[in-house]
Amino acid sequence: MNTQTIENKLIVSSSPHLRDKRTTSSVMRDVVIALIPAIVASGILFGTKALILIAACIVSCVGFEYLWNLLMKKQQTVGDFTAVITGILLAFNLPATLPIWMAVIGCFVAIVVVKQLFGGLGQNFVNPAIGGRIVLALSFTSAMTAYPNAFYFKAGVQTMASATPLVSIKNMFANGTWEKLPSNLNLFLGNQPGVLGETCALALIVGGVYLVVRRVINPIIPLSFIGTVFALTAVAGANPLQQILSGGVMLGAIFMATDYSTSPMTNGGKLIFGIGCGLITVLIRLFGSSAEGVSYSIILMNILSPQIDRLTRHRVFGGGK
Amino acid sequence: MAEQKKGGHLKNLTNGLLKENPVLRLVLGTCPTMAVTTMAANGLGMGIAATVVLIGSNLVISLLRNFIPKQVRIPAYITVIAGFVTMVQLIVKAFAPDLDKALGIFLPLIVVNCIILGRAEMFASKHGPLDSVLDGLGMGVGFTVVLVIMGSIREIIGSGTWFGIALTADLITPMGIMKLAPGGFFLFGCLMALANVITTRKTGKPAVGKMDGCAGCAGCANKEICGEVEKKEEGENR
Repeated sequence: MNTQTIENKLIVSSSPHLRDKRTTSSVMRDVVIALIPAIVASGILFGTKALILIAACIVSCVGFEYLWNLLMKKQQTVGDFTAVITGILLAFNLPATLPIWMAVIGCFVAIVVVKQLFGGLGQNFVNPAIGGRIVLALSFTSAMTAYPNAFYFKAGVQTMASATPLVSIKNMFANGTWEKLPSNLNLFLGNQPGVLGETCALALIVGGVYLVVRRVINPIIPLSFIGTVFALTAVAGANPLQQILSGGVMLGAIFMATDYSTSPMTNGGKLIFGIGCGLITVLIRLFGSSAEGVSYSIILMNILSPQIDRLTRHRVFGGGK
Repeated sequence: MAEQKKGGHLKNLTNGLLKENPVLRLVLGTCPTMAVTTMAANGLGMGIAATVVLIGSNLVISLLRNFIPKQVRIPAYITVIAGFVTMVQLIVKAFAPDLDKALGIFLPLIVVNCIILGRAEMFASKHGPLDSVLDGLGMGVGFTVVLVIMGSIREIIGSGTWFGIALTADLITPMGIMKLAPGGFFLFGCLMALANVITTRKTGKPAVGKMDGCAGCAGCANKEICGEVEKKEEGENR
């Protein structure tokens, strides 16, 4: 009788024993909420075309995930919001003038090739949105680098970007001249040429702070990433504030590099990861053939993540040397 | 290994097409496969050149198999193969200079193509001339078919043309990534998966895990490094 009651009180199960109320979908819902300021900003800066592009990316990402699960007879996973986030982040990496069909190809690559072919959520070896962006950038180079100016739709004719801060730092390195650039305030508010989601640093930082407060992301990666870019460009003689406010540094550091399945687990590993991203970004900006290197830096560090994890693994207590 | 199976002649011919396809199932010759398949015509040219060399070298090596000492067999094979490659290269230079320019270094590099060396080591040195020629023809056709398929897909998606004929009429921007190495590797992986699915469905056995296509370490490029088991076996046989 007595043993019976004790046995009823004992729960025998395998680890993990500590469970949190948070689920994948609640965490991902937080990320979607954090992305809303940047979506609003892209709508203000690049007009309805930007919002249509974002909607198209969300619909096709969720659609591809739904179809894949249906065809492969797997459990339906569209409810966990991860495909929605991939769609938004991919759209954030596209210029507003990109044809929709190109964006749909990007979504196919992100969801089917990068994510599902490697085993689905948590198994992807690089960030799906970045994978999609890089395939598009290598495939449709001219369409992907035709950055419209902010508020281009009000000017009637499409005014294309002449000099972004990223192009001019390379020019400065090559021939020592500075072209006229948007002021720091304009860069901070997003009044600069670029892809949808990267221009408005203010909106991205608001979203990032929300994620840190909600403990969705650890601030180590964004801070070390942005800090490394700031320090290295300062050493190189550029205006460091301009460098972190232009291009994809803010978007990449806050929303792309912090992806759970493709970044290291330990704090030390996260620091190495962030510094590595910043270092590769600056190297590409100064010496590379393309103007921007954030996406390549993140994809390279994504691939290194398992090795960083192995290097920085905690010693198990009592496990010997 | 050297046992002749029943219905052998035909089987030697068809083995290379799918079941032991050199590129997709034995994973040999990946380097020229990646390099020349940006255009369908280049793939076809490379495939035909390699097939000719493969048939010739298989025949000669098979005829000489009892005269080549085991210790110097690899240099002997290379000499035979290099002879045929030189012939093919001179012919291509004379009659198809454009193809010669497109294939570049990969035409003379057929000398060290692992498909040809692998078949010499794995097959021609252990079988009679007729079987060796059939094997060379089958493997060569299998190689050519894969190169043409890969070249076609990469050319159609990457350049919007097929054998140089424009298909898209400038309506759609072609996806440039298929012309680059990453696109080639994506396609390579997909085709390998497809070949695995087809062979698995046919035999009902899992395609991975049982290596009855490749004769152990014999034809493998890493033989010297990992071939400890093989060496032991050879010692026992002597």
